[in-house]
Amino acid sequence: MSEQQYVQLIVTRQDGPDSQPYKEEFKIPYRKNMNVISAMMEIQRNPVNAKGEKVAPVQWESNCLEEVCGACSMVINGKPRQACTALVDRLEQPIRIEPMRTFPVIRDLVVDRSRMFNALKRVKAWIPIDGTHDLGPGPRIAENDRQWRYELSKCMTCGVCLEACPNVNTKSNFVGPFVVGQVQLFNSHPTGAMNKEERLEALLDDGGLQECGNSQNCVQACPKGIPLTTAIAKSNRDATVHMFKKWLSN
Amino acid sequence: MSRERSFFNRRLHSLLGVIPVGFFLVEHLFTNYAATKGAQAFVEQVEWIWGIPFITVLEIFFIFLPLLYHGVYGLYIALQAKNNVGNFNTFRNWMFTLQRITGVATLIYVVWHVWETRVQVALYDMNATQLANLTHDILQNPVNLALYLIGLVAAVFHFSNGMWTFLITWGVTVGPRAQRVSSYVWAVVFVLVSYLGISALLAFAQSDFMGQMAQH
Ligand code: HEM
Ligand code: SF4
Ligand code: FES
Repeated sequence: MSEQQYVQLIVTRQDGPDSQPYKEEFKIPYRKNMNVISAMMEIQRNPVNAKGEKVAPVQWESNCLEEVCGACSMVINGKPRQACTALVDRLEQPIRIEPMRTFPVIRDLVVDRSRMFNALKRVKAWIPIDGTHDLGPGPRIAENDRQWRYELSKCMTCGVCLEACPNVNTKSNFVGPFVVGQVQLFNSHPTGAMNKEERLEALLDDGGLQECGNSQNCVQACPKGIPLTTAIAKSNRDATVHMFKKWLSN
Repeated sequence: MSRERSFFNRRLHSLLGVIPVGFFLVEHLFTNYAATKGAQAFVEQVEWIWGIPFITVLEIFFIFLPLLYHGVYGLYIALQAKNNVGNFNTFRNWMFTLQRITGVATLIYVVWHVWETRVQVALYDMNATQLANLTHDILQNPVNLALYLIGLVAAVFHFSNGMWTFLITWGVTVGPRAQRVSSYVWAVVFVLVSYLGISALLAFAQSDFMGQMAQH
């Protein structure tokens, strides 16, 4: 136990949004119960690469450190996931760390996930309750609906499902699986349901629901276990009904 | 409507894959299965089909144009995907990738197959017996037979797995259990329809296939 153990990391780095990515290797002293974030904090403390050169410390984002904020998402050993819950002891070494390149890379592992927030705005992923007077309490929600909505509500906009999806890429304009779950979340709320057609139509706009090709990677990859493929198929059913209703009513 | 154009195109692509293209595929393989009962039975089937009124109109509007739309749009969809079975080695992700590979394979195969059979029938004004003979000639070549077997299995796979996704696209199978049962059902369909097609191809390839015909 006296001999010092090391953790080997290969980080894909990028100095700025327009610069070329490159790989850099690090060897850091091993401690018990390390995760990828604490490994990178170690690099921050002593930013020396495996060749012994002093380099700029690796940049990343993190907040909660308990897999609820989604900020620390990155690709670890080929899989998109949260760095804060990626335990070093359970990872094959050298640990390969890359940014989620489905998003624009700002620097090193920091990516710009604005497209997800734009997608949420597009489908109006909220419940409008503001008025000029008190609208009173909302309707009660059945326990079954509550359970379904609770699962959907766990989304932290982390971007893992977009990174995992073969149809989210530079050649396609698919907004991503998560947004389908959010449409279902707000459409299944009794007050939110008042605007459900509006959300559904926004979801069927270019780059929407129809871009799903059923690889079902999203549901496998989602760290929150959100039933994304059920939300997708349910939205497909809603869309079928909506389509025929619209044709027959207009 | 205009803002939902890509939604409409996708749904049309999905619908045409089943009605009429998928329906035609299964019907076509049923017809060809008659070849396992000899050239005479096959010729009778073909003559019956050719007897349907307005058959050319049906061929254009219920087979050619829908397949053209599904094929061209399907190629566009297939080329859009960034396949990632390397990092996500799951059954469904493999099916996704294979759906695209078999789509492209089917496209190449169908163009070649239609050229070799339907176009030749039109160019040389062949009768059903001549068509049976032509098919027999093509399939006696082992390379052609192998390519036909690959093309056939690719098309049947694409149809069967396509039916699985079709039921999701239209919101029929929603939950994981329904989708799992659907996987089993379409796997069985894949085996049965492949069996129909393969037996017909092997029957055509037999050296004495036309022999029985001559005696009639
Ligand atoms: C024998 C002829 C064909 C049949 C019976 C057929 C049938 C189908 C069916 C039933 C689907 C499922 C639709 C859905 O998911 O809703 C499908 C999907 C698909 N087809 Fe075909 N197809 C044929 C030929 C082709 C060809 C020539 C291509 C060209 C590459 C192609 C490309 C695709 C693609 C990419 C999909 C996936 C679409 C998606 O995920 O949205 N297919 N096909
Ligand atoms: S659905 Fe899951 S994987 Fe996708 S953004 Fe939300 S939490 Fe992340
Ligand atoms: S830091 Fe919040 S999910 Fe990892």
